[in-house]
Amino acid sequence: MSNQTAAPVESAMSSNRASATLRRFLGSAAGRNSGLVIALLLLIVVGAVTGGDRFTSISNVLTIVRLASVTGVLAIGMTFVIISGGIDLSVGSVLGLSSVVATLAAVQAAAASFWPLMIVIALAVGLAAGVINGIIIAYGNVVAFMATLAMLIAARGFAEILSNRTTQTVNVRGFLEFSDGDFLGIPTLVWIFILVSAAGWVLLNRTTFGRRTVAIGGNREAARLAGINVKRHIVYLYALSGLTAGIAGIMLTGRTTSGTSTHGTLYELDAIAAVVVGGTLLVGGRGTIVGTVLGILIFNVLTNIFTQNNLNTSVQAITKGAIIVIAVLIQQRFANRGARRS
Amino acid sequence: MGFVLCYIAGMITVDHASPLLEVRGVTKSFAGVAALKGVDLSILPGEVHCVLGQNGAGKSTLIKVLAGVYTPEQGELVWRGEPVTIADPTAALGLGIATMYQELDVVDGLSIAENIFLGHELSSAGVLKVREAHRRTRALLARLGHPDLAPGREVGSLPPAGKQIVSMARALSRDIRLIVMDEPSAVLDSEEVKNLFRVVRELTRDGIAVVYISHRLAEIREIGDRITVIKDGRTTASGLGVADTPTRQLITLMTGRDVENVFPPASKIADDAPQVLRVDGISVKGTFEPLSFSVRAGEIFGLAGLVGSGRSEILETICGAIKPSTGSVTVSGSPVRTGSVTAAVGAGIGLSPEERKSQGLILDQPIYRNVTLSSFARFARAAFLNEKLERSTSRVQLESLELRPADPDRAVGLLSGGNQQKVMLARWLVHGTKVLLLDEPTRGVDVGARAEIYALIRQLSAAGTAIVVVSSEIEEVLGLSDRVLVIAEGENLGILPAADIDEPGVLDLVMKGSES
Repeated sequence: MSNQTAAPVESAMSSNRASATLRRFLGSAAGRNSGLVIALLLLIVVGAVTGGDRFTSISNVLTIVRLASVTGVLAIGMTFVIISGGIDLSVGSVLGLSSVVATLAAVQAAAASFWPLMIVIALAVGLAAGVINGIIIAYGNVVAFMATLAMLIAARGFAEILSNRTTQTVNVRGFLEFSDGDFLGIPTLVWIFILVSAAGWVLLNRTTFGRRTVAIGGNREAARLAGINVKRHIVYLYALSGLTAGIAGIMLTGRTTSGTSTHGTLYELDAIAAVVVGGTLLVGGRGTIVGTVLGILIFNVLTNIFTQNNLNTSVQAITKGAIIVIAVLIQQRFANRGARRS
Repeated sequence: MGFVLCYIAGMITVDHASPLLEVRGVTKSFAGVAALKGVDLSILPGEVHCVLGQNGAGKSTLIKVLAGVYTPEQGELVWRGEPVTIADPTAALGLGIATMYQELDVVDGLSIAENIFLGHELSSAGVLKVREAHRRTRALLARLGHPDLAPGREVGSLPPAGKQIVSMARALSRDIRLIVMDEPSAVLDSEEVKNLFRVVRELTRDGIAVVYISHRLAEIREIGDRITVIKDGRTTASGLGVADTPTRQLITLMTGRDVENVFPPASKIADDAPQVLRVDGISVKGTFEPLSFSVRAGEIFGLAGLVGSGRSEILETICGAIKPSTGSVTVSGSPVRTGSVTAAVGAGIGLSPEERKSQGLILDQPIYRNVTLSSFARFARAAFLNEKLERSTSRVQLESLELRPADPDRAVGLLSGGNQQKVMLARWLVHGTKVLLLDEPTRGVDVGARAEIYALIRQLSAAGTAIVVVSSEIEEVLGLSDRVLVIAEGENLGILPAADIDEPGVLDLVMKGSES
């Protein structure tokens, strides 16, 4: 008798515990990322069904990742900025500026003889723009949105002046061979994306830099009173974001074999969308690199499916918008469940 | 005979006064963790019903169930004899239940009148009736004892006490029968508390019931009619008469054990104890006048004064969060660069701030990350953190502070106030802090855990840490400290041994100081 009554109670309890565990898992970073993996797999199934071998071929897969790599690198830097509770709207323009400056250097023949100089110059331009952003935000107490919006406008203008609004073609052979080359069958641009993502993951999860970033995003005043030099760290964060814009600038210069002031227009929005879809909270304090990479891949697979099936790009834009809203809605649900307490 | 009849008649009326609100067996859990496991409560019209419980007992969840923020999973709410579901805050207001939260929910950028009528603006055909709103606001403010406040004044410019008045006026602007006050006296000084009590008495005279939540037993004794005690999400006693329930019994009901709220005895400071902290003529223009004092190893130094006397600002200046206009700070003989928290922390100064949640802790993050936040140098090699070492070091520290369970991976936001305070202490212990600045060390810490925190502070001081304590409870400052500095409106009124002065003595000094 007692056995008979005990059994259902016990199973009800264990199912209760199981659902609690499931909910906790879905609320955790790994859980949110597994949701993104499922979304990505669904898209891949859609792509395979509609596109067949054209979609699943290795060359198409490499095309997707190669096209994803430029905004992907931007999104890694953006992830840090957003986790800290900031935003960087200037990355697209800074990308354009660094491509123009690097191309000018190549045309001026200084870099023609030693092409890695182009890369150094592009990175330096991105870094410098980021440092300026950071100083204005941290020490000038200007809201990140405004400071980087100003940089977005100014960097574009600066790039237009330098390039005289013309597109300069890059003819430096060493550079073109490098950027168009591959290693172990994987294109250089994809390697750069992989390396930047891996470095970003280590930086965020294993270093004091990452810990400080999360702390500042989670509670800026608490971080300050704990002795963290918050202002200096904010300069570092925007410098990092600028640096990734410089890397993306040289990547796009290589992919298009040209430098122009219009490079990277609106890329900042793609990067921000990928970061947010990837589960990073816009208010800061929480986010993952894996989520950002998945967010980038989701958008690029989607683009590829539309292109493969010759579908309207306007419909594609609407679909992207819908994905952003759905992803944010889902995340808010889990975030609220995880955060609520007595 | 007539007397007896009257007496019986009186009994009958009390007996038959039907409850305004009954809470029966209410449960609520979050992500599988039960916050309420069965709460029962019966509130009569026109009474002040106090709810007592330690932090984490479920008081806040209960308030939010009454306010319609959370929907209970089991149990029922009976409002004036009818079972009801309170689906959202609007429904609660519709029934006549208003809530004054501890974190005041006023909009800083709006005027007093706009705040009061927020959500039920006075308008005709979509056009706001500003003059009518101001007229009614003036009447409400007068009723609350603050005819001095102008309805058009921006709420952001008000002190916390003023914001609370606005919050209360907002509740009264609706037709309410029950008002829930969550720790309303936390932001008030004694004069304002008197005014609050006057208002509460007026409300109850009109038949409005008040649910009053406070940690301060003295207040409950003064204003309350009946008490309900909750512990671990369950009602342990309900409807106790305030007048005939001894404090000891209440504490036992709250904690499940006998606790005496006493301060540990002061240990003797060695004659050769070195001077650790030295403050020379620091001042912040418009906040506090030049101030000098020093604290020796093993000594607890208290700053006694009222809200707004500049106490917290003094601590924030010493720890580098505020740049002083004049003066210097020295730790163990070496000067500390002022105006930089990083420099102060490096020199061995640590602040446990007044608002732990907003200034001290990263609630989303696990305990160990909050503990090691100031000591990366100890856990990182070439910027790479050793999380294993962070966890094990935190665990040892949590165990020595008797924080249970000593699980370094628990999110800090899930801990009670007392345990959060222990996490703050653990941070500075791990850092090896020489000077510990404690601002309101027991704010939001329940009676049971207070004695524990006091004992820990004593222990730290005995181990050689120089400690500076600030508290709005003068009794606490005097009980903990070896010496106290009495301060009023940023002015030093004297430094004297804590044993030589009592609470009335401090207040006497403060009054005299502000007269001169």
